[in-house]
Amino acid sequence: MRIVAEDLTYIYNPASPFAVKALNGVSLTVEEGEFFGIIGHTGSGKSTFVQHLNGLIRLPSSLKKRKRPRGWKNIPPAVLKVGDFDLADPKTDFRALRKSVGMVFQYPEYQLFAETVKEDVAFGLKNFTEKGKAKPTDEEIAAAVKDALHVVGLDEGIAEQSPFDLSGGQRRRVAIAGVIVTRPEVLVLDEPAAGLDPLGKREIMELLHRIHGDWCKTVVIVSHDMDEIAENCTRVAVFSEGRVVRCAPPAELFKDAASLLALGLDIPLTAKLTLALEKRGISIDCDYTMKDFVRRVLARKGGGQ
Amino acid sequence: MNAIEFRGVDFSYGGDFCIRGLNFSVGEGEFVAVLGHNGSGKSTLARLANGILRADAGEIRVFDTILDDKHLFDVRKQVGVVFQNPDNQTVASIVEDDVAFGAENVALPREEIGRRIEFALRAVGMEEARKSTVARLSGGQKQRVAIAGVLALKPRVMILDESTAMLDPRGRREIADVVLRLNKEEKITVVLITHFMEEALLADRAVVMNRGEIVMEGKPEEIFARSEELLTYNLALPRIGLIAKSLREGGMSVKDTLDIEKLADEIAEEIVCGS
Amino acid sequence: MKEVAFGQYYPVDSFVHRLDPRFKIVFLIGFIVAIFVASNFYGLAVCASVLIAAIAFSRVPFGKIVRAVRGVLFLVIFTALINILFHGGDTVYWSYGILCVSKEGILFSAYLVIRLVLLVVCSSLLTYTTTPVALTDGIESLLTPLKWIRFPVHALALVMSIALRMIPILMDETERIKNAQKARGADFESGNLFKRVKAFIPVLVPLLLSAFRRADELGDAMDARCYNGGHRTKYKKLRFSWRDLVGALLGAALITGVVLLRVYLGDIV
Repeated sequence: MRIVAEDLTYIYNPASPFAVKALNGVSLTVEEGEFFGIIGHTGSGKSTFVQHLNGLIRLPSSLKKRKRPRGWKNIPPAVLKVGDFDLADPKTDFRALRKSVGMVFQYPEYQLFAETVKEDVAFGLKNFTEKGKAKPTDEEIAAAVKDALHVVGLDEGIAEQSPFDLSGGQRRRVAIAGVIVTRPEVLVLDEPAAGLDPLGKREIMELLHRIHGDWCKTVVIVSHDMDEIAENCTRVAVFSEGRVVRCAPPAELFKDAASLLALGLDIPLTAKLTLALEKRGISIDCDYTMKDFVRRVLARKGGGQ
Repeated sequence: MNAIEFRGVDFSYGGDFCIRGLNFSVGEGEFVAVLGHNGSGKSTLARLANGILRADAGEIRVFDTILDDKHLFDVRKQVGVVFQNPDNQTVASIVEDDVAFGAENVALPREEIGRRIEFALRAVGMEEARKSTVARLSGGQKQRVAIAGVLALKPRVMILDESTAMLDPRGRREIADVVLRLNKEEKITVVLITHFMEEALLADRAVVMNRGEIVMEGKPEEIFARSEELLTYNLALPRIGLIAKSLREGGMSVKDTLDIEKLADEIAEEIVCGS
Repeated sequence: MKEVAFGQYYPVDSFVHRLDPRFKIVFLIGFIVAIFVASNFYGLAVCASVLIAAIAFSRVPFGKIVRAVRGVLFLVIFTALINILFHGGDTVYWSYGILCVSKEGILFSAYLVIRLVLLVVCSSLLTYTTTPVALTDGIESLLTPLKWIRFPVHALALVMSIALRMIPILMDETERIKNAQKARGADFESGNLFKRVKAFIPVLVPLLLSAFRRADELGDAMDARCYNGGHRTKYKKLRFSWRDLVGALLGAALITGVVLLRVYLGDIV
């Protein structure tokens, strides 16, 4: 499913002294099949934007008149489409949308509630049963849970355990399994690796690559970790003060490191090394993944011989 | 004299040993980083050092005061701890009220509390936010307020228990700057518990914990050079180490370093010599 | 990111905002006494004018005040209707069975409605102009004499302060968990009462666990900062100023005025 946003604006607490313009005319397209990255400082609007994607935050035009918050009148009409879902239209089936767009929040392990891992993972599966259709049988549920646990790299043996007996990293994976179990076409993750140790981070990124493609066609991640972004993403949008200020593949984005640094954002280690080498008169033209950087450096050395 | 000294300390949460026969010391004025994967016992270390948890066996000394029931509060005044979650450490809604909390607890006179608040907020660069609402601050700012709240007790040792784990890069930089300044200018002994390898580089010395024991110890650079060993303790190399390693595997003779400039120098030299 | 407007403090700087919270609490009590002492429209008119002056000095927009009344609109209408229909009286305009609309009934219900509105407006003016923090400080200070009977005023104040700090955090957290479960298809809005309560379990369990976890860490953080519940000092001392004196005089004058009106002019009409 293709995601198209045009001129998206959002204000928290409109018409009050606490009003905050979180989004200020965001236009962005994410193609089907991308592993899309969103970066920017805390408060730049990233999280607000992604919460629009499955209708947790609704466009004012999609709400009934009397439910529209005060102070919205001056906001221009926006476009937001996810596949065939028109999120500006009040007639849209938002439940169906949520089934197609999975959302993993920050620290998702804190949303676990059920007595067993199996029950927790199956929660979404039971909720999203379409009206009029037969509820999934116990066997179907067990099979779906098993598959979901497998893809996040957990042993099915833990299905009967309490999620609260697991380690932090395992719990996070259970939580991710609980979102992808319904096989959403788009998976959105808000800082999926936050708070984990380096090894845990790597494992999460590996599992996202396993999910990307067969399980979920499109993956969108919000991240602060530029190395993570450089290694994994097809394209990156840079949010700043509620706007998208850049949108490009990492290879292009990090070439212009100065503009990112000017925004107070970090750059990946490979970009830092490239800059340092440039100062020494050596230009390395890489796509900023570690593998490519190493390959090009070695080629430079070999090429000189 | 050592600021903190653990001698043969055992501790368990009632099952397996969490800390076993731990010998660990931090010199006065030193900056020590403690690394270890989740569950290695590093947070328990912080809670033992100021008596929030009590050791099952062994002895803990803080500036030669033995940590026991009688000296519990003497020790707590000396050893401040900053925890992980910036939202779970403040008792008041206004910055200065929260910073005052510790000083009020030890019954300082009002004027002195005022001076302490000023000192503590200046030390963390938050004097402008004195009257602000804690809830409106960023994660890094909240954590700086938490540090100030500890500083108001004028401790000689500051332990940061994964205090940067929940912050964004900007917040992490703020805390790193503050901690470094406290160590260098205020001469406060610092124990920084972290899993960000880059932060460990700020320290004079790093120790690696695994299953409640100290398994590696030395200058941060030395520790990161022992990459194979780090992996056996479930610790990943910092990225720069990975790059150096890959380059070596590709036939370059770059040394293990954590300094970008140094690595760039070495790469440049190889390329120039090679051609 | 999302700001939870906890309490309804309206952040502007005004004469009323700057008054000592203890004074405002005492004045509110005095004002409520005055409302109940006022037995006729003249007394209520005096109360209303004082309140309108206070609103003007507070710089809280009139719309905000109206919104506070709207919150109890149902109660107001209900009170008015009951009294108009059931009060009875001599000058009857219309009657049907036990229902009877009379001049006295209309006047009496107007009297009650005005009292109710004054009550709501003056209490909300207090919360509009006083931060929750200042309110707790004020309550703590006013309760200080209870220390004599060994009432743990200090511990109570700390509990209030921590609650003020934590409630917005937990409200935020509730919102977050609700969103996370909504994203997994949870439905909090449809079905009968039983279904809706059941739908909240996936929110309540994580919320409680989180509250316990937070309490645990906060306890450690308080311990680490030498809290032992024993003797402590207090950094912030509330101070009366000339504004509070002016306010106190006004309050006393108000009650006296209303009492005089009651004595000389008697009951309604």
